[in-house]
Amino acid sequence: MKSFTFERVDSPAAATMAFTRTPGARFIAGGTNLLDLMKLEIETPGHLIDVSRLGLDKIEPTSDGGVRIGAMVRNTDLAADARIRRDYGLIARALVAGASGQLRNKATTAGNLLQRTRCPYFYDTNQPCNKRKPGSGCAAIAGFSRNHAIVGASDACIATHPSDMAVAMQVLDAAVETVDAAGETRSIGLADLYRAPGNTPQLETVLAPGELITAVTLPKPIGGTHIYHKVRDRASYAFALISVGVVVQRDGSGRVALGGVGYKPWRARSADAELPRGAKAATAVLLADAKATHENAYKLPLVERTLASVLAQAKG
Amino acid sequence: MKFDTPATDNPIDQLKIIGKPTDRVDGPLKTSGTAPYAYERHDVVPNQAYGYVVGSAIAKGQIASMDLKEAKAAPGVLAVVTAASAGMLGKGDFNTAKLLGGPEIQHYHQAVALVVAESFEQARSAAALVRVQYTRSKGNFDLAKSLDGAIKPPASFGAEADSRFGDFDAAFASAPVKLDARYTTPDHSHAMMEPHASIASWDGDKLTLWTSNQMIAWSVGDVAKTLGIPKEKVRLVSPYIGGGFGGKLFVRSDAILAALGAKAAGRPVKVALQRPLIINNTTHRPATIQRIRLGATTDGKLTAIGHESWSGDLKGGGPETAVGQTRLLYAAPNRMTAMRLAVLDLPEGNAMRAPGEAPGLMALEIAIDEMAEKLGIDPVAFRILNDTQVDPEKPERPFSQRRLNECLTMGAEKFGWKDRSPKPGLTRDGRWLVGTGVAAAFRNNINEKSAARVRLDRNGMVIVETDMTDIGTGSYTIIAQTAAEMLGVPLTQVEVRLGDSLFPVSAGSGGQWGANSSTAGVYAACMKLRTAIIDKLRFDPADAVFDKGKVRSRGKSIALAKAAASGEIVAEDLMEYGDLGQKFQQSTFGAHFVEAAVDAATGEIRIRRMLAVCAAGRILNPKAARSQVIGAMTMGAGAALMEELAVDKRFGFFVNHDLAGYEVPVHADIPSQEVIFLDEVDPTTSPMKAKGVGELGICGVAAAVANAVYHATGIRVRNYPVTLDKLIDKLPDVA
Amino acid sequence: MSVAAVSVASPSTVVAVPNKAAARPPTARVAFNVNGTAHDLELDTRTTLLDALREHLRLTGTKKGCDHGQCGACTVIVDGRRINSCLSLAVMHDGDMITTIEGLGLPGNLHPMQQAFVVHDGYQCGYCTPGQICSAVAVLDEIKAGIPSHVTADLTGAPTVTRPELRERMSGNICRCGAYSNIVDAIVDVAGGKA
Ligand SMILES: Cc1cc2nc3c(=O)[nH]c(=O)nc-3n(C[C@H](O)[C@H](O)[C@H](O)COP(=O)(O)OP(=O)(O)OC[C@H]3O[C@@H](n4cnc5c(N)ncnc54)[C@H](O)[C@@H]3O)c2cc1C
Ligand code: SF4
Ligand code: FES
Ligand code: FES
Repeated sequence: MKSFTFERVDSPAAATMAFTRTPGARFIAGGTNLLDLMKLEIETPGHLIDVSRLGLDKIEPTSDGGVRIGAMVRNTDLAADARIRRDYGLIARALVAGASGQLRNKATTAGNLLQRTRCPYFYDTNQPCNKRKPGSGCAAIAGFSRNHAIVGASDACIATHPSDMAVAMQVLDAAVETVDAAGETRSIGLADLYRAPGNTPQLETVLAPGELITAVTLPKPIGGTHIYHKVRDRASYAFALISVGVVVQRDGSGRVALGGVGYKPWRARSADAELPRGAKAATAVLLADAKATHENAYKLPLVERTLASVLAQAKG
Repeated sequence: MKFDTPATDNPIDQLKIIGKPTDRVDGPLKTSGTAPYAYERHDVVPNQAYGYVVGSAIAKGQIASMDLKEAKAAPGVLAVVTAASAGMLGKGDFNTAKLLGGPEIQHYHQAVALVVAESFEQARSAAALVRVQYTRSKGNFDLAKSLDGAIKPPASFGAEADSRFGDFDAAFASAPVKLDARYTTPDHSHAMMEPHASIASWDGDKLTLWTSNQMIAWSVGDVAKTLGIPKEKVRLVSPYIGGGFGGKLFVRSDAILAALGAKAAGRPVKVALQRPLIINNTTHRPATIQRIRLGATTDGKLTAIGHESWSGDLKGGGPETAVGQTRLLYAAPNRMTAMRLAVLDLPEGNAMRAPGEAPGLMALEIAIDEMAEKLGIDPVAFRILNDTQVDPEKPERPFSQRRLNECLTMGAEKFGWKDRSPKPGLTRDGRWLVGTGVAAAFRNNINEKSAARVRLDRNGMVIVETDMTDIGTGSYTIIAQTAAEMLGVPLTQVEVRLGDSLFPVSAGSGGQWGANSSTAGVYAACMKLRTAIIDKLRFDPADAVFDKGKVRSRGKSIALAKAAASGEIVAEDLMEYGDLGQKFQQSTFGAHFVEAAVDAATGEIRIRRMLAVCAAGRILNPKAARSQVIGAMTMGAGAALMEELAVDKRFGFFVNHDLAGYEVPVHADIPSQEVIFLDEVDPTTSPMKAKGVGELGICGVAAAVANAVYHATGIRVRNYPVTLDKLIDKLPDVA
Repeated sequence: MSVAAVSVASPSTVVAVPNKAAARPPTARVAFNVNGTAHDLELDTRTTLLDALREHLRLTGTKKGCDHGQCGACTVIVDGRRINSCLSLAVMHDGDMITTIEGLGLPGNLHPMQQAFVVHDGYQCGYCTPGQICSAVAVLDEIKAGIPSHVTADLTGAPTVTRPELRERMSGNICRCGAYSNIVDAIVDVAGGKA
């Protein structure tokens, strides 16, 4: 870990200002992803801005009947919140399917969205990896790729986004609120937060340097049956091979998003429209452009079968 | 003391303390975090500096150049050790690759430098400043493609690579029912929770290492040999070991580099291997490819058993002895086994919990299940039908004890086996397909000579000293029980000191020989101490009784403390073995029963029930022995369902080299487990009449799981681990 | 290396003056309470809470198994919640109340959970054990507080102490010795043996 200077700030404005003041700075929230990567010198900030005590730890109703989740709400608290459990059960389900109790006690809402891939070659600084070292190549494509992407990938990178929570938020049309150094705020649909790898897999989101996530907003509850099925070899404390999050209404209509298949939670409105026709039809849309490696081709049938199972459960 | 005739009645048979489920004597220390592990010894020597290891970035080749300027100039750096600066280093007898590489690189993450600094943070960041240029050479990393070039390895641990009995080829060719199948087991990592760690301190030319090591005497020798110093100058201290499973049988780079670092820095240095380095830097259980051929009569008698196994290792390494159990487990008049070894440039393969039998039974016990099905015979009955009470390759040699059939029958009874449908894929519980599986467990018993020193002090405390280690096995407790039983004192009156090379040389912890051998050594020393006490008290050895902290003879009764009133009484002895182990085949047996559920849609596999029935001689402490077995069952579940070191065949390394990538079972994977020990004593093994259990517990488990998955789904997976991607295309359609 | 441990004089780390004093890495002050004792430390900013405990305060009961959040050996309880101390900077714990295994109980005065681990043989090598015990203590509180888990059937109801709940919640603590089944027995015992 490279040495760094450290400061704690107590307001979003102070955070973004600190960022402009100190080149090479990074925000740190729970630290459960950033520190992991700093120990391996995959991340090497020269200055850390502790944003964990900004007062962004509330879950509040919004004027349009939805809810605003402070960026620093811990995963445990979000999953335990009565309103989230009642109205946005998918998020609670996805959260408790992720990481471990200890990690969820530290991990924050913003940090969870911005966690980086778990590609093992990304994690090994001796290996080629375009995401870590642009232009060095992608070791995963012809290597150990059992856990890698089948959609949205490029010849430069086939990494997946590991978050479970993001998959649920994607189903529920979440948006991310941010503030930048100039004090400008904006709201970005979660679907638009993540950038496709293309030739620049090192660029993962549309956030500008120093742009701080302050909250995640959810529109008003949509009811329905919420099911999150995370598929993994180990029964717990493991990242998803794939995951399927659905909200299914009584009339069979619904929404679906996939985790563990691409650089972001994978959702297509046209696939939602196919849900009443069943898993096969919806999967055909979701995975229309899928491209698998020899090692992760199993994800193709797995997605369809898991979705079918989830839809059957939703029917009861 | 020499053990060369079967044991008769002795003080252990009183079973006042031995054989009773006993809380571990080190329990309060371990549960309060006050048991000191190697890296934590702030107490032993002041002024400790921190070392951080740099691992090779390539699998095979040469270091072309190394630039240490930046690292040396980094804040707090005290020294940088490399092969170039370390001077001539030898290689330990138990190591295949060098522990400090350069200029030649033999495997990925082989240590190439140690950076020593004032603080851990400084050492870690300076380590990243060591710049190394490599010249890669072509390596061989693909076992499956190396079968043709594989050679017949020399005998290892007294076992020849090949064995033949009767006429296998003819018998197999003419067998009415045949099986010929291939199985693979992947590379496994020990993944013990405590990283390999050492603190090194030099006092002139004398080296002390506080380290985490299973085999003190072996490792003293190898440290000395590697550093080129006399054995007498090396002291190893390893009282607590945070798991080893074979991975700490040998000296590893933490110890050697700590020693070199301490020399270079001129002060004590501590080194713990960083977790992402451990998997490629240290040893692993090598992958195997196995071919099993079975021939049987239509009524289920095996007539031919053939088992071949291929594995790989670095040049100079050895095979994974996966066919060993097949020479002994089932009867059949015609038999062959063979092992072949390929040279691979992956990290060093070596022993991991039940080496040989663990992967061997993973294959064999699926094959037996397959054969039973072909014959239309219940797999429990099929195994029982093919039992043997003699060594099938040397029929004149009986087993000292062999109660495999009882294990199977009792297990079947307890598990509710009789209700099982013979056809697979029939039981459904909601989303889940449910099945049960069985496998036999087999592991040889080994006795190793073992010494101990026992003191009786003025307060009547009995102090046992031996370099035996406790790797979680419960050695502290069974040794205390042994001494207490022998000298008639309560457990609280015994203190056990382990894991120090100043103490008499024990068997150490490996090959499940530890419990029986080390307690037998303590038995010998206690016998001597009893004599010394009797002499001192001028009692009659013929009727002296040690009981309740006293010695009684001819109506007189004297407290032990009194006997030592004028000075400590000390006795030391060694237990050695005659040829009972040759006359009798000494083995341990068991039967594993598993119920597994498979998600009919996703293929996710979850274990619901696990039962083991073991016959393993006298169980010295049923509580700790049971723990050994449930722990081994857990590791077996991992081998069945998730554990696999993924080989990158281009770059030559294990890719998933941390605990997130290499998945081992967590709480949620393991149901309540049940273990039954048959009431057994084996007088041929030692005066303790015990055998090992720590490895028996893992043997066969994975196959029982795989067989349960087959029974649940009707899908036979012969390549471990059994994961959903291997089932997904064959599972029933989802509605 | 700058160590200003107030309560623990640490001769071994204070004595040596690094030869490159000029290039001292950045440090920061932090004050927190560990097991009832206040500490005021000046630490290299890179120091994790785990290393602050183990190397600076010499509370080595908290273990380092992986240093990357992958094993749970480093679990401690901070302000009532269990966390992995390896993935947390010490300087981010200013003002926090930290409980380590030593704070739960010591030989002669074990916490009921520690005692239950002894009785049920909920450990073997002992290395994961402090983390398991800290986790177990916190898990029972989490269930009481109504925090749901992956296996809680009814998200809106109150979770209860069952074996599946305990297994799921304890899954962030790996035990390679495989003491799981005994550990769950120990926790059930402490929880009142109802599960
Ligand atoms: C062993 C292990 C297993 C795990 N398993 C899972 C799993 O199964 N499923 C899953 O979803 N996750 C899993 N995780 C990941 C875990 O969920 C993330 O590490 C965590 O959510 C990150 O949150 P944090 O607050 O700690 O982020 P940090 O590490 O603090 O930050 C992450 C990133 O976000 C940036 N950042 C933080 N806050 C802000 C802000 N407000 N605005 C802008 N940028 C910000 C930081 O600069 C950094 O780049 C696992 C982690 C580990 C170590
Ligand atoms: S998949 Fe992406 S993250 Fe992984 S090695 Fe390739 S470029 Fe790097
Ligand atoms: S040491 Fe912190 S989780 Fe492993
Ligand atoms: S007791 Fe050894 S890892 Fe748990």
